[in-house]
Amino acid sequence: MPKLAIHADRSASGTLRFPAHPIDGLAGTSFKHQHLPSILADGDRDDGFFEVHAENYMGAGGPPHAALARIREDYPVSLHGVCMSIGGPQPLDKAHLGRFAQLVERYEPALVSEHLAWSTHNTTYYNDLLPLPYTETTLRRVAEHINEVQVAIRRPLLLENPSTYVRFKESTMSETAFIREIVRRTGCGLLLDINNVFVSATNQDYSALEYLSDYPLEHVGEIHLAGHAEQEDDEGDRLLIDSHDGPVADDVWRLFDIVVDRCGPIPTLIEWDSAIPEWPVLKAEAKAAQAILDRYAALQRERKHANA
Amino acid sequence: MQTLRKCHPETLDGLGYPAGFVHGLLDPDCPTPALVAGPNGKAADKRFNVYRNNVTVSLIDALAAVFPATMRITGEAFFRAMARFHIRKAPPTSPLLFEYGRDFPDFIEHYEYAQSMPWLADVARIERAWLDAYHAADAAVLEAGPLALIPPERLSDLVFVAHPATRIVRSAYPAVTIFSANRASDPVGRIDATAPESALVTRPALEVEVRLLPPGVDTFLDGLIAGEPLGNAAATASTCCLEFDLSAAIRMMLEAGAVAAIQQGG
Repeated sequence: MPKLAIHADRSASGTLRFPAHPIDGLAGTSFKHQHLPSILADGDRDDGFFEVHAENYMGAGGPPHAALARIREDYPVSLHGVCMSIGGPQPLDKAHLGRFAQLVERYEPALVSEHLAWSTHNTTYYNDLLPLPYTETTLRRVAEHINEVQVAIRRPLLLENPSTYVRFKESTMSETAFIREIVRRTGCGLLLDINNVFVSATNQDYSALEYLSDYPLEHVGEIHLAGHAEQEDDEGDRLLIDSHDGPVADDVWRLFDIVVDRCGPIPTLIEWDSAIPEWPVLKAEAKAAQAILDRYAALQRERKHANA
Repeated sequence: MQTLRKCHPETLDGLGYPAGFVHGLLDPDCPTPALVAGPNGKAADKRFNVYRNNVTVSLIDALAAVFPATMRITGEAFFRAMARFHIRKAPPTSPLLFEYGRDFPDFIEHYEYAQSMPWLADVARIERAWLDAYHAADAAVLEAGPLALIPPERLSDLVFVAHPATRIVRSAYPAVTIFSANRASDPVGRIDATAPESALVTRPALEVEVRLLPPGVDTFLDGLIAGEPLGNAAATASTCCLEFDLSAAIRMMLEAGAVAAIQQGG
């Protein structure tokens, strides 16, 4: 299996400004500034990583950069872009891409990811991960955008599968076929959001397990787990909302177990972005993921040993 | 028919899906786009509403996060209704949400239902300046030491470099007192201030500071920030304000970290 957990390499000047903390086999959490004092106080520096939304660190200076620099000293960091609009047809915003590349350069993140979605049309930014049709035409455009990002950041990007609520009538291929072809054309890696798989499968009435068996798991460099909320569609059936406002659902934990059994202990993030709990609650959720990763890491060692 | 064309423009090249999708996002009168559906022939109205809701609520939340004192003054329901009008009229044009809301104070100033609170827009201006200071570039501040070494006769020629975080907000109302009372979590008592006030917003290290400026100091600092020599800025401030106290003004400027360095004349 190719190694997609890309390690902090070198800045353009050839010098490492931050320690190269490895991220292999670790569980992490979204980094929230209000947790920083608790994180530093509990001193548990041997494990875990933190993921940040790139856009929150695109200001010139101030407390956000101070907090990120502080956490990056002691932990691996994953840089997660939320609004590159890779899934939109219009050209990428060059200024935004430049800012993104600068953050990669400055913080030497262990992982860098973006979404298969769009959020800007013309000059308006909609602040949501909006869906796209899956066709040969959109595939070509998305592949061009990913290539452009990868050239700018000088490393592979991990592309995240979306949570969707509608399907496009004009789509001619499945999401998994689309993603598989994107990987083949661009060499990008994948961020498998298992909550998104479960949410989309429920909303689009297909099997999450079948989705996972069609999905190119061998290219996964990171996993996301998150909580979701529940509403009803027009027919009164269950419609799941990717809300990131609570603990990971049992169904999602079960899928995680299946994925890790197949892929091994891939870096796994607990996303929790609203109704954010105290640090110990978030940390406990990451520890639960870590226990599963550790179990399969041990199994993997046993299997290797048995095959030797 | 005209509405439908506006909501769902036709596209031919297979890349027009955003145009067909976006109008309904901020315009509740646009129906669900015809290009989407639910699975197995299901409807997509409630499904599309998830996107409408995500966009509208997250942008209102973004404004609420930038303008907490403004929201405390108006109450949450009033604020969210006002913000909804604004985001429909002026949605963000940058993916950086900490840049959003620059024209919200002007919107508030003209908002029909806020006319009984003429100071509200200025409170919002101070909050917007607060966030600009928060994200401004890091820079050292000028300390008293280097300034003390300069012979008194040369002081009036000094030109300063403003610190990147420094902002001045002038109000015809007691906006600084109202801002300070509502930005904290303590209960807000009766506010008796009625005089015009100006705020100095700075971030000498990692904490944003907001000060009420004594008379004339806003004019003085505006001059310095615009690159005028100290003597000119002080003369303008004294002319427009008889109570202007130059040494107190310099003390406050240094204490607040409003300037980064001496540019020339040092």
